[in-house]
Amino acid sequence: MTGLVPPLEWQRVFVEPWAANSTSSAWIVLMGFFATATCGLVGNYLILRRMVLVGDAISHSVLAGIAGAFLLSGSRGSAWMFVGSLAAGIITALLIEAIHRHTRVKQDSAIGIAFTSLFALGVVLISLYGGRVDLDQECVLYGEIANVPVTVEPLPESLSRLAAHVPLLQAEFLWRGVDLVMPPDVLRMALLLMATGALIGVFYKELLVSSFDASLAVSLGIPAAVVHYGIMGILSLVAVSAFEAVGAILVIAMLILPGATAQLLSQRLPVILGLTLLHAALSAVTGLHLGTWLDCSIAGAMVVAGGGWFALAWVFNPREGLLRRVLRSAPRHDAAQPAGGIGSKEHSR
Amino acid sequence: MTPRRAIALLLACGLLLCTHTAWADRIGDITSTDWREQAWRFVTLADPAVRFALAGSILLGLNCGLLGGFIVVRRMALFGDMLSHAVLPGVALGFLWNMSKDPVAIFVGATLAGLAGAALVGLLRRTTRLKEDTVLGLVLALFFAGGICMVTRIQSLPQGNKSGIDKFLFGQAAALGPGDVQLMAAVTVLALALVCLFYKELLVASFDGAFAASLRLPVAALHFGLLLLLSFAVVVALQAVGVVLVSAMLITPAAAAYLLTDRLHRLLQGAMVMGVLAGVGGAFISFLGTNLPTGPFMVLTASAIFAIVFLFGERRGVLMRWWRRRAQAARVRRENTLKAVFHILESRGLGHVRSVALHELAAHRQGTMATARSEARVLAGHGLATLPAGAESLDLTHEGWQRACEIVRNHRLWEWYLTHQMAIAPDHVHADAENIEHLLGEDAVRQIERALPPSPVDPHGRPIPALGAGRGERTP
Repeated sequence: MTGLVPPLEWQRVFVEPWAANSTSSAWIVLMGFFATATCGLVGNYLILRRMVLVGDAISHSVLAGIAGAFLLSGSRGSAWMFVGSLAAGIITALLIEAIHRHTRVKQDSAIGIAFTSLFALGVVLISLYGGRVDLDQECVLYGEIANVPVTVEPLPESLSRLAAHVPLLQAEFLWRGVDLVMPPDVLRMALLLMATGALIGVFYKELLVSSFDASLAVSLGIPAAVVHYGIMGILSLVAVSAFEAVGAILVIAMLILPGATAQLLSQRLPVILGLTLLHAALSAVTGLHLGTWLDCSIAGAMVVAGGGWFALAWVFNPREGLLRRVLRSAPRHDAAQPAGGIGSKEHSR
Repeated sequence: MTPRRAIALLLACGLLLCTHTAWADRIGDITSTDWREQAWRFVTLADPAVRFALAGSILLGLNCGLLGGFIVVRRMALFGDMLSHAVLPGVALGFLWNMSKDPVAIFVGATLAGLAGAALVGLLRRTTRLKEDTVLGLVLALFFAGGICMVTRIQSLPQGNKSGIDKFLFGQAAALGPGDVQLMAAVTVLALALVCLFYKELLVASFDGAFAASLRLPVAALHFGLLLLLSFAVVVALQAVGVVLVSAMLITPAAAAYLLTDRLHRLLQGAMVMGVLAGVGGAFISFLGTNLPTGPFMVLTASAIFAIVFLFGERRGVLMRWWRRRAQAARVRRENTLKAVFHILESRGLGHVRSVALHELAAHRQGTMATARSEARVLAGHGLATLPAGAESLDLTHEGWQRACEIVRNHRLWEWYLTHQMAIAPDHVHADAENIEHLLGEDAVRQIERALPPSPVDPHGRPIPALGAGRGERTP
């Protein structure tokens, strides 16, 4: 048991990551932030729409898509991975639909059957042919966020040519810093975060209405199926991008934790989205230090740190935190105040 | 105690005894790589590792199938998933207890972690606005991440025998030892005994909680007991299936059994059988190669079983239902042709001739000659009509005539019934009768006949033909 928890040395845990190998730490934190923020933004809508189990399913089943894409293409090209994961996401959705529609198996069991099959298939493919494609079971479980910065390369030719045509990327202030030094994984995650943010910005109203009041959305002419499958598609892309950093299973943590924390603290969607980004940033930084301190998987540590922030929000939330509840209910013995508090109508459908 | 329960208990105790006699030294890693040799080894149960792997998979299948049945009917799939991920930190703690893979320490640690996860879910549910699925996903992710941190920490520790802890992630049935198997047997026996003893109570509480409460059954205690058994099942399955995929072994076999039966006890029995099949199949496949994880293969076997049941299940299989629908649609088409032939013959006055020209049939059905020809061929194929060579006509056989009379009779009986007994306007009854004529059973016909006047006519003034209306004579 001894030596399990190393002493908390200020120098080693808090100073060294930023003094000795600052670039590496910065990339790790940035990657963690981008991944958590992207997942968290999408996750907010999963939580509101009660699709958390679907998120769980997709984040597991992209593994089969990734493994399949590796085997077919023989490379770790991100285009192949995107195609594979999208295919896996679609197959998952179709399987769930087929089982749910044609049998009396309930939705939750149908989801459970579909994604575990695909995940098992992915693990089998990796354990059979994993040697060929530089992918192993550990990577599946906890990702390799600490290894991401090692692969700093110049931008691929095609990507910089593409960037020349995208007005946003031509902006000097953004591109100058990114051009040659950003590791491709981090860059991809950053682009995905921007894309997700842009999509949410553009379709803000549609997402809001269809998440809170499905029948109003239908009456306004918002196509529910398109919104649903759009979210599933984005989810597959996000899951596959975050996969490399944090592994297939911790993605679910990054999908839920920021959104759940933010939704504890606020009931306004814009505030919630902002708090999601804040939570992502905080858990990325604290996760790095926690992982350095305990000398364990940094991705896991980021999730645990995020859980810590969630616990803080749960206990000390001024409006309806655990502490507030205890203080409020202790002196007076009427438990008249319902759990939701003011404005909980917005969430309960 | 009913005899069945007693038998189940005896069987369970027998299982427990078997594991004692199977005692032998545990062998290390298997060196042979030839899959034929490995398969022979597995089939002949040549070495103890195989015996332990087999016993472990059987016990695992029994246990997971038994409790999975409750998961599937109570819609607790996400809960099972949460529980299976949440035990990981407990496994790591149990491992840390004396830095070795001690089955009992790991069992205790994992069970405690699972219960802690369930308690946290309950607490969050009560004190926050978060929905159930969010809370379950949150606890799942948090506990799993904590477990990952601990496992990676253990692996980076300098001392101790760390081999084997990574086996808990994806499972390795070949790594099961005698202690593991005994523990599994004890837990399986406990679960079987408890479920047998409280079967009726669990049944009521699973399907109608309010009714159970009104019977003064301790619903909360039953739920908690089930939860305890469930976390036992997860923990027991851990070593062979792995943390990540235990929930599949809970859900998939039980869901497959759910497709086959309506009774809970059948469901549980079926789920146990399928769980055992999946467990043994997965253990066998993973045994063929070196260092193949067992869990994914078990899950894939279970999924294959589910797929077979899904497609070919006797009553609810998708292919079977499709086949039945097709057969029924074909029958309805045949009967419609027969009806058309009858109508043509009737318009001629139902003489001796049972022959109809194909162009008459096509005109009556407002179709093409090609359709009429193919319909006639179908009738001939079923022995309901003959097609005289060269002539563009069809002759009904005796059987075809009988069948045609029956269909038209059903149609007109139903119209008569709707207008006379149900007081529905005569112009509203035809469409309904068009559908019911193919389905009207013997009993319904007899029932309507009892109310029939001596020479019945349908609401449109046409006589209702008797069964096998005689040659040449008008129907009564």
